[in-house]
Amino acid sequence: MASQIVQISHPHGWVVLRRNRVAMLSLFVLSLLYLMSLVGPMMLPESLKSTGEVPFLPPSSGDHFLGTDVNGQDLFYRLLSGGRVSLGIGCAGAFLSLVIGTLYGMISGYAGGRVDALMMRAMEILQSIPRILFIMILIAALDGYVKDMLDVARLWAQNAQWSATERLFRDAIPYSRILVMILSLGIVEWIEMARMVRGQVLMLREMTFIAAARAMGQTPWGVLRKHLLPNLSTIIITYLTLAIPTVILDESILSFLGLGIDDPAASWGSLLRDGSQVINPIDSKWWLLVFPSLCMIISLLALNFLGDGLRDVFDPKSGE
Amino acid sequence: MLSFFLRRLLSSIVVMFCVVSLTFVLMRSIQGSPFEREKTPAHIVAVMETQYQLNGSLWQQYIAYLVRLAHLDFGPSARYRDWPVSEILAQKLPNSISIGGVAFVIVSTLGVFLGGIAAINKDFASDRVAMFGALLAISLPGFITGPALVAIFALWLDWLPVGGWGTMQQMILPAICLSAPYIAFIARLMRNSLLDVLKCDYMRTARAKGLSETAGIFRHAAKMALLPVVTYLGPLAAHLLTGSMIIENVFNVSGVGSVFVNSIQNRDVFLLGGAVIVLCALLVLFNLIVDFCYTVLDKRIRLHG
Repeated sequence: MASQIVQISHPHGWVVLRRNRVAMLSLFVLSLLYLMSLVGPMMLPESLKSTGEVPFLPPSSGDHFLGTDVNGQDLFYRLLSGGRVSLGIGCAGAFLSLVIGTLYGMISGYAGGRVDALMMRAMEILQSIPRILFIMILIAALDGYVKDMLDVARLWAQNAQWSATERLFRDAIPYSRILVMILSLGIVEWIEMARMVRGQVLMLREMTFIAAARAMGQTPWGVLRKHLLPNLSTIIITYLTLAIPTVILDESILSFLGLGIDDPAASWGSLLRDGSQVINPIDSKWWLLVFPSLCMIISLLALNFLGDGLRDVFDPKSGE
Repeated sequence: MLSFFLRRLLSSIVVMFCVVSLTFVLMRSIQGSPFEREKTPAHIVAVMETQYQLNGSLWQQYIAYLVRLAHLDFGPSARYRDWPVSEILAQKLPNSISIGGVAFVIVSTLGVFLGGIAAINKDFASDRVAMFGALLAISLPGFITGPALVAIFALWLDWLPVGGWGTMQQMILPAICLSAPYIAFIARLMRNSLLDVLKCDYMRTARAKGLSETAGIFRHAAKMALLPVVTYLGPLAAHLLTGSMIIENVFNVSGVGSVFVNSIQNRDVFLLGGAVIVLCALLVLFNLIVDFCYTVLDKRIRLHG
């Protein structure tokens, strides 16, 4: 009976979403942005990618469509590869937080009783530390270890005389910050997800199909995996879309403060920091601030609109 | 009432203890000593560590730190020699509190006001525009609005100073920039909660008695609608008063927000620990204030442990 009601209140999700013009436009813009930052850097000519002779060329000068930055690098290329890092960290970090949050929420909700109370208490404590601060400390703590790990892996490949693998690890060491950021953001951002999943599990586990599954001898893990997880998928997708902009925003805040992505890698946040460092009243290099800001604003707005649209479709109670 | 207060105090001490422990352990697991500089010889680093009780196993260091905290001593700063943490914080807190205080007043008044107006004009153009503006403001981080505001109001219109600290005029831009996303958030919260309250039975009764819509909103609905807003405002006050890392960075203010950033970069474990404790204490305090506000707003709520 209860599961029928759930089905009636959710017609086909995609049909409802398609009626929401803003959400569809956002989906289109986002796909375009992702595609451009994924494929774009490969399409550009090699000559644009290196550091150039002339710093601070204004936009539309010669080959440099959006001008050049302090090192004479093409801003358009930097924006695209920065988008790769920003959007990539957003997705990977949000996905990691999704895995942790879903597992935590499912276990806490399904176990109930004392386990649930203890797990909720732990969550409250984690929540009372400001998020950004916690991420910052984690990055500082993890940074050295990840670098060491990569170095150990490199030496191991060297001993085994796998030169390609060795080169891969050696090249990865300057970019290890990206991995550290994904880990730290994922470890911190899962709390909202866990709360949502737990709430849903608390509701679902009282339903008859769960009781039936248990009566037929399903183990707790089997119930979680086969019966609860499929019923949680809509809520998980919705909150994934809402977690991605949060992670992107946090990444850019950290990079802006100089604690996140660093040269040679770039993200939109680190590009903004570079831009804000050279701004002055006499000779403003406006393009170094305006274009990264635009990228960020567009992608954050689109993700938020899409997330809101999805939430309206899948979780009608949470809105108005 | 008293038992509620005591229980709250006890649980907040437990939370603070956990937060401080987590901070300390994570900070001490950062590679490298806080006293390491480019040319400091190893034996001097070792002496410094002994002096600051940062030698031995992590366990011993942790116990030493807890003992110190139990004596209500935040310890010395590892980076700024001869400066106790409490003095550094006492110097930085007023700056953060003044921006944060102004921002909090703006947020709580303007946010509630705008949200209320949006709810009354639900589905009209003004509501739509306001809610779109709110989403925009929530999505924009301070490091985009900050430079944009500086470019418009300081460089282009030349109304306000670009940066610096000390006068009222220099506080305007940081305070606006700090409050903008929270105004938007509060406005959204207030709108939705007022809309919920307006659907309640007792509002229908009020209308049936012939009470005008405005009088109904001000006399009956507003108080109830404020409950979720107040819940959010409590922790927000603590965060605003302890400064924003971004805003302090953009406008070059030396407040507690910059202490957080710098102490992590310098591995200054005692300074960060002190700042975190101040933040947690403020959080506890404001959450208590929120609970008392509940009893004022809704007479049905009683505080009991």
